[in-house]
Amino acid sequence: IMCASAKYNTRGPALIPRMKTKHRIYYITLFSIVLLGLIATGMFQFWPHSIESSSDWTVEKRSVHDVPVVKLPADSPIPERGDLSCRMHTCFDVYRCGFNPKNKIKVYIYSLKKYVDEYGTSVSNTISREYNELLTAISDSEFYTDDVNRACLFVPSIDVLNQNALRIKETAQALAQLSRWDRGTNHLLFNMLPGGPPDYNTALDVPRDRALLAGGGFSTWTYRQGYDVSIPVYSPLSGEVDLPERGPGPRRYFILSSQMALHPEYRLELEALQAENGESVLILDKCTNLSDGVPAVRKRCYKNQVFDYPQVLQESTFCIVLRGARLGQAVLSDVLQAGCVPVIIADSYILPFSEVLDWKRASVVIPEEKMPEMYSILQSIPQRQIEEMQRQARWFWEAYFRSMKAIALATLQIINDRIYPYAAISYEEWNDPPAVKWSSVSNPLFLPLIPPQSQGFTAIVLTYDRVESLFRVITEVSKVPSLSKLLVVWNNQNKNPPEDSLWPKIRVPLKVVRTAENKLSNRFFPYDEIETEAVLAIDDDIIMLTSDELQFGYEVWREFPDRLVGYPGRLHLWDHEMNKWKYESEWTNEVSMVLTGAAFYHKYFNYLYTYKMPGDIKNWVDAHMNCEDIAMNFLVANVTGKSVIKVTPRKKFKCPECTAIDGLSLDQTHMVERSECINKFASVFGTMPLKVVEHRADPVLYKDDFPEKLKSFPNIGSL
Amino acid sequence: MQTRKKYIFLTFLASWLLLFFFGGDQLRRFALFSGRREEARRNWPRWTDRALLKSFADPEELQRDGDPSLLSPRERRAAWLSVHKGGRCRMETCFDFSRCEKHGFKVFTYPQERGQPVSESYGKILSSIERSRYYTPDPAQACLFVLGIDTLDRDRLSAQYVRNVDQKIRGFPLWNGGRNHLIFKLYSGTWPDYTGDLGFDTGQALLAQASFDTDSFRPGFDVSIPLFSKEHPQRGGERGWLHQDSVPPRKKYLLVFKGKRYLTGIGSGTRNALHHIHNGKDIISLTTCKHGKDWEKHKDTRCDKDNVDYEKFDYQELLHNSTFCIVPRGRRLGSFRFLEALQAACIPVLLSDGWELPFAEAIDWGKAAVVGSERLLLQIPSAVRCIHPERVLAFQQQTQFLWDAYFSSVDKIVHTTLEIIKDRLSPHRSRSRFLWNALPGGLLVLPDFSTHLGDFPFYYLQHGSSPSKKFTAFIRAVSQAGSLSQPLLRLIQAVSESQYCAQIVVLWSCEKPPPPSGKWPQTTVPLTVIQGRRKLSDRFFPFEAIQTDAVLSLDEHSSLSTSEVDFAFVVWCSFPERIVGFPTQSHFWDPEQGRWGFTSKWTNELSMVLTAAAFYHRYYHSLFTEYLPAGLRELVDGLAACEDILMNVLVAAVTKLPPIKVTQRKQHKEGVAQQAECGDGTAGTPPAEQRSPPAPHSASAKAKGMAGSRRFSQRQDCLNQLADWFGYMPLVSSQLRLDPVLFKDQVSVLRKKYPRLEK
Repeated sequence: IMCASAKYNTRGPALIPRMKTKHRIYYITLFSIVLLGLIATGMFQFWPHSIESSSDWTVEKRSVHDVPVVKLPADSPIPERGDLSCRMHTCFDVYRCGFNPKNKIKVYIYSLKKYVDEYGTSVSNTISREYNELLTAISDSEFYTDDVNRACLFVPSIDVLNQNALRIKETAQALAQLSRWDRGTNHLLFNMLPGGPPDYNTALDVPRDRALLAGGGFSTWTYRQGYDVSIPVYSPLSGEVDLPERGPGPRRYFILSSQMALHPEYRLELEALQAENGESVLILDKCTNLSDGVPAVRKRCYKNQVFDYPQVLQESTFCIVLRGARLGQAVLSDVLQAGCVPVIIADSYILPFSEVLDWKRASVVIPEEKMPEMYSILQSIPQRQIEEMQRQARWFWEAYFRSMKAIALATLQIINDRIYPYAAISYEEWNDPPAVKWSSVSNPLFLPLIPPQSQGFTAIVLTYDRVESLFRVITEVSKVPSLSKLLVVWNNQNKNPPEDSLWPKIRVPLKVVRTAENKLSNRFFPYDEIETEAVLAIDDDIIMLTSDELQFGYEVWREFPDRLVGYPGRLHLWDHEMNKWKYESEWTNEVSMVLTGAAFYHKYFNYLYTYKMPGDIKNWVDAHMNCEDIAMNFLVANVTGKSVIKVTPRKKFKCPECTAIDGLSLDQTHMVERSECINKFASVFGTMPLKVVEHRADPVLYKDDFPEKLKSFPNIGSL
Repeated sequence: MQTRKKYIFLTFLASWLLLFFFGGDQLRRFALFSGRREEARRNWPRWTDRALLKSFADPEELQRDGDPSLLSPRERRAAWLSVHKGGRCRMETCFDFSRCEKHGFKVFTYPQERGQPVSESYGKILSSIERSRYYTPDPAQACLFVLGIDTLDRDRLSAQYVRNVDQKIRGFPLWNGGRNHLIFKLYSGTWPDYTGDLGFDTGQALLAQASFDTDSFRPGFDVSIPLFSKEHPQRGGERGWLHQDSVPPRKKYLLVFKGKRYLTGIGSGTRNALHHIHNGKDIISLTTCKHGKDWEKHKDTRCDKDNVDYEKFDYQELLHNSTFCIVPRGRRLGSFRFLEALQAACIPVLLSDGWELPFAEAIDWGKAAVVGSERLLLQIPSAVRCIHPERVLAFQQQTQFLWDAYFSSVDKIVHTTLEIIKDRLSPHRSRSRFLWNALPGGLLVLPDFSTHLGDFPFYYLQHGSSPSKKFTAFIRAVSQAGSLSQPLLRLIQAVSESQYCAQIVVLWSCEKPPPPSGKWPQTTVPLTVIQGRRKLSDRFFPFEAIQTDAVLSLDEHSSLSTSEVDFAFVVWCSFPERIVGFPTQSHFWDPEQGRWGFTSKWTNELSMVLTAAAFYHRYYHSLFTEYLPAGLRELVDGLAACEDILMNVLVAAVTKLPPIKVTQRKQHKEGVAQQAECGDGTAGTPPAEQRSPPAPHSASAKAKGMAGSRRFSQRQDCLNQLADWFGYMPLVSSQLRLDPVLFKDQVSVLRKKYPRLEK
C-alpha cells in the first residue's frame, strides 16, 4: 500500500495540472462526495457482519422451546413410502456434490422448528439430547455448510431417532414441507429405534420417499445395500459410566448374558446352556426386589446375587447380544465398551457400519438355530484370537460407538466414501486399532514378483571430485553384464565434470547429473533417468567388487526386490551401560544394515527417501553430511518390516567407514556420530525398525567342492 | 503550489481510503476479524437448555426393547420361511443348513443329459467342481447341488440357449423347489432390454451370475461372478502382466478405452459419451459404431470419423500401455473387459452403475479399482490424475493379486464361489475380509485350520507378530528291523540338542509296531511316537501332536548336526512362509522332450528343497491334506518319492517364491548305504541322492543302479503330472544359498557363531 501511494506522490506534480478556483471548489465537493460515499460503503461492509454475529449471539442464548412453530395442515402432502429399490445411482443426486478437490461432501442442517398439527398438538418431542448432540457434531465437522445451495446432503432437524416418540403421519408431513425436500433426494434421516408393536418393522415406518436412512436395526430385507447406512443403537450408558479398558486375557466367566427382556424361549435355551456348562456361564436377569432409589437399569441379578451393570460385562470373555423385538440392541454398545466379545444372535441383522467394519474380527455371529452349540463354537476359538477380538471390540466402541458424534461422523464418512470412492478410507484405517496400525507394516511392494533379469539395473555413482577413482569405478561396473545404465551424480558445484571425451568408453549409456547443492540426499533422488527398478548405489571409490560379485548381488536383489541388498554389513546394538543404541562395524555374526556405498535397492525407495522420509531426518542428514545410508536402512526396514540381505563374504574395503575422507575426521568420532544417528532416527521413527539377521547370501555352490569353471559366479570373495 | 499540495493531499487521502475500504475488506476477512467471521457461519445453535433435553429413549425402554411375549422366535422363523422366498430369499429362509451338517460342505453335480451337450464354459465349471475337494458323487451326502443342464446362456436368441428348462427340472426328484441348488449364469436377457430373467423358475436356488445388478441381487444369498470367455482356461491360467513396480507408472497412456458405441438402446448413454474425454494425448477413448448388422441405419455424424480413429489403435497395445482402463457397462453390466484390464494391471475405472461387483461379498474392490459413476464420466480424468503414485502402485499390485487368486482360471472362479457359500454356513469359522484381500488370498487360507492371523505363515508382518521361537522335529522312521537304527538315534540326539527344539515327533511308518518307550533314547525334550498309516502322503498329515509353528521335517537317514539345525531355524524365522532346508534339487524345461526335466545334480540353481531335511510352517501340513484334492494325494501315494515334490510345488504355488537353501556341512560319507526300507520300497527320498557327485560316471553312481534310475524317472513323471494338475509350473528357481554372516571368512574361528558348519 505504501509503495503504491509513494509512487503516485512522486509522480504527482507532473500529472496534475494547475487549476482554476472554480474548478477547485468543484473538485473539493467531488472529493467530499466520494469520501462520504466511501465511508458509507465502509460502514455498510461492517454492518451486516455485526448484525449477523449479534443475531447468532442471541441464538446462542435461545432455548429449544423458543423455536418457531410450524402448523401442519391435515391435508399437507405425505411423502411416498421408502423406495426399496433406491441406490446411489438411482435416487441420489450426485451432481449436487460435484468434483471437489478436498473430496468432502457438504452437509446442510435445517434449522430447528417445532411442528404442531391443526389442533396445535405437537407432532413429536422437539429434539432429544442425542439428536442435538448429533447435529452439533455435524455442525462442528468439516462436512458442515450453512449454505443450502452448496449442500450435497441435507439433514432435517426433525428428530426421528425413536419411532415410538413421534406421530408417523405428521412427521412425514413435516419432512415433506422442508424447503429442499424434493422427494427426499439427498436427505439423510437418523433412526435408532425403528418399528413399533406389534410387528416391529426393522426400518423406520415414517414415509420418507427417497431419503437415505441411517438406521439401527436393519434386517437384510429392509437394508438397501450401498444406500442406507446401518448404525448402532446408542447406549446413554456410554457417556455415564466410565469403564477403563481392561487388558485382554481370561476373565471370570466365559459366557454372560445380561439382557433383561429376553423372550422366554431364548431364556430357556440359555438356561439349558448354563445347566450344561456350570459356572463359566452366567445368565443374568432383572432384579425383582431392589430397594427404592436404585435404578433397575444399572443392576442385574442371578438368583440372589446382585451385579452392577454394565461393570459386570467386564467379567466375561463373551457376552451374548440376542435380538429382542428389534434387531438392534443398545446392549451391543455396552458389551463393546466392556471389551467383552459380543456373541451376536440375531438372524438377518445388518451389523452397525457393516459396510466398512469387519465384524468377524470383533464378534462371533451365531445363527439362532445353532444356539445350543454356542458353547462348543466359542470354545473352538483360539485364546490369542479371543484377546485380539477383545481389543478390537473395545476399539470399535471407542471409534464408532462411544458418542453420538462418533456415530454421526462415521455415517457421513461412509456416504462420503461412496461419492468419492477414489479417496475412500481404506479397510485398514477403518478396522485396525491404533496398536495394530502401529506395530504392523504394509509393504508397498507387496506383490511377490521376481523382476525380469533383462531389465538390468542402473548404477548411480555419487562423486565430488575424485575423478580418477570415479573412472576406475565406472570401468569396473561397466563390466557387469546386467548393467543397463550408469548415472554419475556430480555433487561438486565449484568444478565442472570432465569433458565428454575424457570419460571412459563403456557399452551402456552414461549420464552425468549435476546437482544444485552438495547434499548427500542427492544420491537418493528418484531421477527420471533411472528407468530400471533396480538401482545400484555405489561410491566413487568402491573398486574392489568383482563383476561376479556385482552381478550376483543383482540376482539376489531380484529374489528380494523389496529389500536393501548390499555388500558391507553393519549392526546396531543396545548399549546397556549407556542405555542407548550403538553402531557396530566390527566383524560380527549378525547384520542389520548394509552400507549404501555398494547396495542394490528398488527405485521406489528413492521416491520414499526424497518425499516421505519422516521427521527432519532428510535435512538432518544433509546438514551433518553423514548417515544417509543409515537413514535409508531405517526407511526400508520400517516400511517393509524386513531385514537387509548382505551378499558375499567379508571383503577388505578400503576404509569403508571413511569414504568421504576430505574434511571428515576418522574412526572414533565417526563412530560416535553414527551411533548418534541411530539414536536420533530411532526416536524420529518412534521405534527401532531394523531387523537383525545371522545370514548372508552366497551363490548356491560357494566354496563347494566343484569345478570353478562350472560355477555361475566363480569369482566371489577374493580379497 | 499550495493548491496543488492540497489536491495531492486529497488524492492521497482518497486513495488511502479506497485501499482501506476495498483492499482492507480482504485484510479484515483474513486477519483482523477472522474469528468473528467464523462465528458468523450459522452453526447449529448451542441451546441454553441443551443439558435439560430428554434422551431419545428411556434407559428402561432401551434395555427392555418392546414386548417380548409377542412372537416367539420359532414362530417368527417359521413365518419368514413362508414370506421370504423367491426374490426375497436369504440363507436363513431358503437354504437347508441341515443338509451340510453331517458330511460337511459337499457338492453334487447332476449327470449331464444325453444328447444335450453343454457349452464349453459350462463343461469347465462342472469339471472344476468335480475336481475340487468338495465334490461328492452321492446326492445323499450333498449340501449343494449343481444342475447338469447348461444354464450359462439365457439369451433366448443365442444358439446355446436351452429350452424347456422348467419342464426338465420339475422332473428332477432332487430339485426340491430349488433348495440348496446353485445355478450358474453368464448371459441373461436379450435385445432390447436385457432383463435378468432366466426364462425358468429358479425357486429357492442360489444364483451365481455375471453382470448382476444390485436390484435383483439377494445379498448374502446370491453370488456375483465375473463374465469370462469360453477361452478362459480350466486351471492354472495366465499370469498377470505386471512385471515391474514403477513409481511413477511408466506408461504411455493414463486412461484408455476402445470399444463399441451403442447408438441406441440400453447402455448407449454411457458409451455415447465416452468420446468426450478423449484428448489424443494421454487419454485415449475410442469408439466404433460398427456392430450388429444394421449399424448403418442408426449411424450418426460422428461415426465415420470415429471409425477411422478407432482403427489407428490396437486394443492389446492400449491395455499394455495404460495405467487406467475404462470399463463401462455394455448392454449388460459386466463385460469381458473387466477381467482383461485386471490381468493387464490396467486399473479398472468402472462405469457401470448398479453392478454388483464380482465376489464383492469377499473382495474389497476399492483397493484394486476406481468405482466411478456413469453420471460423472467427465470428472473421471481429473479424478484419476489426482490419485497419488503410491496409490497407483498399490492398485496395480492388487489387480494382479486378485487376478491370480480368484480369476485367472475357471477353477478359481468356481472355487471362490463355493468358498463364499461355504463361509456362510458357519460364520464363526469363516474368513474375515482381511484374509480375502491379502496375499495369498482366501482360497489358500483354510478357516478350519484357524481363523487367527497369527497361526498362518503369511501375515506376521501385517499382524505385527512373529512365529513361535521353537520348532517340532518331525521324523519319519521306516526302519524295517522294528528296532531303532543308528542314524535315527544319532539324528534324535543332534536335533534334541538344539536350543530351539521344543519336541520330537516320530512318525512310525512300518508295519511292525514301534519299540516300547523304554528303548527310545532319553532326550531333554518330549518325544512322541505316532503310528503312521504307511501312506507316503501321511508325512504331511496335520498331526495334533505338532504344537509349534515351525516343523523340521526329517527322514530317518538324514544326517544333520545341531549347528546346522540351529542356523537353519534362525533363517526360517526370517522366511516363515517358505521351505528352508538343506539338500536341493532343481527343475528345468526340456525343450527336446517337450516336458519338465528334473535334476538332483549339483547345479547353480535350486527350486526344490527335499523335505527329508527342511523347516516349514505347520500350516502347510493342513494345506497339503485339506486343500489339495484327494486325487492328487492318491497320485502321490502311487509314485515313489513324489510327495516332497508336491509339497514344494504347493508352497511355491502359494508363495510364488523359491525355497531357501542353507549351509550344509560337507557330507563325508559318500553315498549312504541303500537304506533298509520297510515294505515294498515305497519310502521317502533317500538322502543318498541328495548330493550326487558331479561326475556322472563315478563308481557310486553306477552302484546305485537300477533302483535309482527308476526312482528318478518316477520323480520326473511326478513333476510333469503335477504341472499338469496345477495348470502351470509353480516352481521358482533361486541362485542363492544363505550362509552364516562370517561363513568361511578369514576370521578367527572363535569369533564365529557357527564354526562347526565349516568343518
